[in-house]
Amino acid sequence: MATVDDLQFEEFGDATTSLVATPDATTIRIEDPDETPKHPPAPPRSSRREEDDELLGNDDSDKTELLAGQKKSSPFWTFEYYQTFFDVDTYQVFDRIKGSLLPIPGKNFVRLYIRSNPDLYGPFWICATLVFAIAISGNLSNFLIHLGEKTYHYVPEFRKVSIAATIIYSYAWLVPLALWGFLMWRNSKVMNIVSYSFLEIVCVYGYSLFIYIPTAILWIIPQKAVRWILVTVALGISGSVLAMTFWPAVREDNRRIALATIVTIVLLHMLLSVGCLAYFFDAPEMDHLPAATVVTPNQTVAAAKSS
Amino acid sequence: MAETVDVPGDSGTGSPRPLFAGLSDISISQDIPVEGEITIPMRSQIREFDSSTLNESVQNTIVRDLKAVGKKFMHVLYPRKSNTLLRDWDLWGPLILCVTLALMLQRGSVDSEKDGGPQFAEVFVIVWFGAITITLNSKLLGGNISFFQSLCVLGYCILPLTVAMLVCRLVLFAEPGPINFTVRLFVVIIMFVWSIVASTAFLADSQPPNRKALAVYPVFLFYFVISWMILTFTPQTQG
Repeated sequence: MATVDDLQFEEFGDATTSLVATPDATTIRIEDPDETPKHPPAPPRSSRREEDDELLGNDDSDKTELLAGQKKSSPFWTFEYYQTFFDVDTYQVFDRIKGSLLPIPGKNFVRLYIRSNPDLYGPFWICATLVFAIAISGNLSNFLIHLGEKTYHYVPEFRKVSIAATIIYSYAWLVPLALWGFLMWRNSKVMNIVSYSFLEIVCVYGYSLFIYIPTAILWIIPQKAVRWILVTVALGISGSVLAMTFWPAVREDNRRIALATIVTIVLLHMLLSVGCLAYFFDAPEMDHLPAATVVTPNQTVAAAKSS
Repeated sequence: MAETVDVPGDSGTGSPRPLFAGLSDISISQDIPVEGEITIPMRSQIREFDSSTLNESVQNTIVRDLKAVGKKFMHVLYPRKSNTLLRDWDLWGPLILCVTLALMLQRGSVDSEKDGGPQFAEVFVIVWFGAITITLNSKLLGGNISFFQSLCVLGYCILPLTVAMLVCRLVLFAEPGPINFTVRLFVVIIMFVWSIVASTAFLADSQPPNRKALAVYPVFLFYFVISWMILTFTPQTQG
């Protein structure tokens, strides 16, 4: 039977004093709820001298370790495993999209916005929206260009949706896979301070494609100059997001390999945008200059005259 | 055994007795009935119900199912906050609507232009896989709606767009031109908005509050794509 003394509450004293007594004991520090990561304190830290210093973040390194351990606990065949990739709120998705639209030199997209919480929601739905934006805008632009031509019969061109889907989704998944493999290989040769996980790379690529959605809609305007200006602007923005994200990861490497990597990333991006423009959007020079067409002279002119 | 109930603690005498000491002295008198029948009143009803639906005529079954589908159509057309679509979900309505839509949207025959509108299978796949993807998305974001309930809601809310398709088909019998197109555009836009309002009325409550927009956006995209397919439908008999 417990005596009365045993039921008295035992004072454990302050954490610091007991740490002095037993330095190996683990302590728990409960943070003020106001400091929870609603407003990530990243900006003052990343404007310090070397952003490599906060490689995983000095004081949130154990936090990220803990979070990483907590997240990957379910086995991959359970539903909860995949739910960890959709653990984002609306404001977080908007912040990430904003970060991809306004690349600020010196601020790393992954470090600033993703912060060990890569999500698959953004990449998946941005790619889906982009697929339909490109297909629909291409269809609309072709319709507007050929409007008024007697020989043109409008078709919805539904097959282009599947082609667009294949192109965009393979770009958004295979290029990050190749890049991740390449970075892992270089990591084994040269000790890089910053390394990204596969999902973070997928995340960056997915969010960097967001700028192409308004670009695709604006490509409806059938002016060549306008379209090429749009290509340049979009490539500039998303290319710089990608370049600034991956530069710290290859910086330690051989100069030429680092430069080649960045150039390849931007080049592939440019290939995607120019390829989509060329395939889905007809050239606007065919819009009707009635008597001045040289290449197919007689048929169209005769048809226009006789009708 | 004993005939009287011994109530502990009624002694009121001075000496403190240990707690629950009198429990061992309690015995049940035969006046208190502790036997009887334990029946669940619902059970007999359920058994009746089951056997009755097995034995009823086919016509009764079909009429009853059709009435349930029709009732849900009414709920979609006049969306209020009600649980009927969620509680008694069924997939007949979505199937009927999807097949009707796909039949009307498909391009005519194999020898028509190569890059025409969607085939029957393409429409079917878009509707069902689109609905499945949206459902998975909302479940992954932490929504507490079941898989089939969500499919049911998304399928039933295609009804306004199917009505739009019928109207567009009728309008296309008139002469083509900008007025024709404007009328169709107007009808499709209204039905698109109606679909979105109806489905968010049913689905929005099941999402965690800080992720509502994330769950609603794919629904918007889904109905937008279907509306686009309806709007750009051109029948084969032209030019």
